[in-house]
Amino acid sequence: MAGAAPPRPSERAGRGRRREELAAFVYLVPALVVFICFFFVPLGRSVYLSFQRSDIFGRPNGFVGARHYVELLTDPDFGRTLLVTLGFVLLTVIPSLLIGLVLALLLAGRIRLVRFFRTAFALPFAFSVATAAVLFGVMMDPATGVINSLLSLVGIDAVGWLTDPGVALVSVAITSVWMQLGYTMLVLSAGLGAVPDDVIEAARLDGASGLQLQTRVMLPLITPQLFFLVVTGTIQALQSFGQINILTTGGPDRSTTTLVYSIYEVAFANNNSNFGAGSAQAIVLLIVVLAITAVQFGVLERKVYYN
Amino acid sequence: MATATLPRSGPATGRRPSGSTRIRGSRHIGTYVGLGVLFVVLLFPVYYVLVGSFMSPADINTFPAHLWPLHGFVAGNYATALQVIPLARQYLNSAAVAVLVVLGQLITSVLAAYALVFLRLRARRFWFFLLLSTMMIPWESIIIPNYLAMAELGLVNGIFALALPYLAAGFGVFLVRQAFLAFPMELRDAARVDGVSTFGFLWRVVIPLTRPTLAALGVWSFLSAWNMYFWPLLISQTPENQTIQIGITQLQSADANDPGMVLAGVVLALVPTLLLVLFGQRFIVRGLTAGSGK
Repeated sequence: MAGAAPPRPSERAGRGRRREELAAFVYLVPALVVFICFFFVPLGRSVYLSFQRSDIFGRPNGFVGARHYVELLTDPDFGRTLLVTLGFVLLTVIPSLLIGLVLALLLAGRIRLVRFFRTAFALPFAFSVATAAVLFGVMMDPATGVINSLLSLVGIDAVGWLTDPGVALVSVAITSVWMQLGYTMLVLSAGLGAVPDDVIEAARLDGASGLQLQTRVMLPLITPQLFFLVVTGTIQALQSFGQINILTTGGPDRSTTTLVYSIYEVAFANNNSNFGAGSAQAIVLLIVVLAITAVQFGVLERKVYYN
Repeated sequence: MATATLPRSGPATGRRPSGSTRIRGSRHIGTYVGLGVLFVVLLFPVYYVLVGSFMSPADINTFPAHLWPLHGFVAGNYATALQVIPLARQYLNSAAVAVLVVLGQLITSVLAAYALVFLRLRARRFWFFLLLSTMMIPWESIIIPNYLAMAELGLVNGIFALALPYLAAGFGVFLVRQAFLAFPMELRDAARVDGVSTFGFLWRVVIPLTRPTLAALGVWSFLSAWNMYFWPLLISQTPENQTIQIGITQLQSADANDPGMVLAGVVLALVPTLLLVLFGQRFIVRGLTAGSGK
């Protein structure tokens, strides 16, 4: 309409829009820089290193194809490592979910002192892997540890918590479960707290007993939280390192050498510097974590009750 | 309360019929017994670390070990722990790393989430999934190249190398984005009309109104930074450059015959996180419910 008037409104809007889009991108840059430098580039480099031989200083020293992977697949020690890892996941995720659930259900009853108990049971959440592992290491000492002392009072012989190859993995798992309980309980309590009162009242009026109320009514309503805890707990267990390094250093007899501990052993312990072989294991870890996440979302998601 | 809606209940004093009270009471006894047993078992380690840190070897290093310092409380365990390793220095290192990580994650998360929610961003979904995909990558699977990069840059054994990879986190972006999505959009339109700049709106309106979420992110990033173990184990190599978490593991190897001293170190390392769990629990809960489908 206006004829030859220089920038047409749409053009001006287009230019303004591009400027806005550029400005928006600038806000993303700080996070992107960190992620590129410390996540995406290292990811590519992990893959690259896993196909390289390492010299004694750990420098990449020639392409070896899939050799590291073939060695892993044919190494019985690595098969055992994967089994130990699976065992550790089961020994931590299931007990921590069950005990956390019992705690959360007990705390959901309308009793006095709920705030006191909830704060108390959340305390283990303050412990890091190092503080928890050092503490449990002192308590599980075979000679003078307080756990064996208490067991001796009821006539149970000393247990080699960290020295018996049949028990050590359980001991590391006990430490991990204890650390996670506060978190599990808080997540489940938050879920139970969100169950509307009228749902509970309606179930009561229909004659639901306490146990029925908890298993038939409350439990289905917190499946999103249970699902979340299974996924995050499994991934966390797969990544556990500190408690193993502090309590058992993978032993005795490799009975607590999990995948992540094995990566540390090959790449960093005793100046091994075998970064090529270590990276191949790191890629296996990545694939396992991604696969489990995908399977859990695919299988469990369908059984989860979302309202 | 319930009696008001039930016409045939007894006198409207608000008390429940006695039979029902007894049933409820007995059920609560079971609850208290269950909670009591779990309380004793699960909190025993907390009791033991606190009391044990004041025990002399005569109490803690004997069999059967005592549950109470029969030979008197020994505050000297703390003094010994401070002498065996440079704990004070390591405390400062941990604090410096934690402060850097908290500030870094607050800044990067707020800026990225602001672009994702409020600004006209091209390929918004792509950026969202790219940022969030970092939550799926287990840190242990990329720890080797990250260590090598720090070695190449000559940053090994320094404070900055400890904090750098943690200056942004997918969790932080996600948490802040959730809070921003719940933000009333009318406020943004009103601000636009008033001619408030893009950054001015973020700084003066959005940030003040989402402070509880930012506090939650602060608490979570502090806990994760203060408590980390694997990365500082690789990066900090001399005692005076180590964090407190690595320091307390050295106490054990320094003197295995003095568990009280080791536990004193553990208590010192626990103080900040214990305070956060005791007094900042609502921020922790706010952070953990963000991802759990609530």
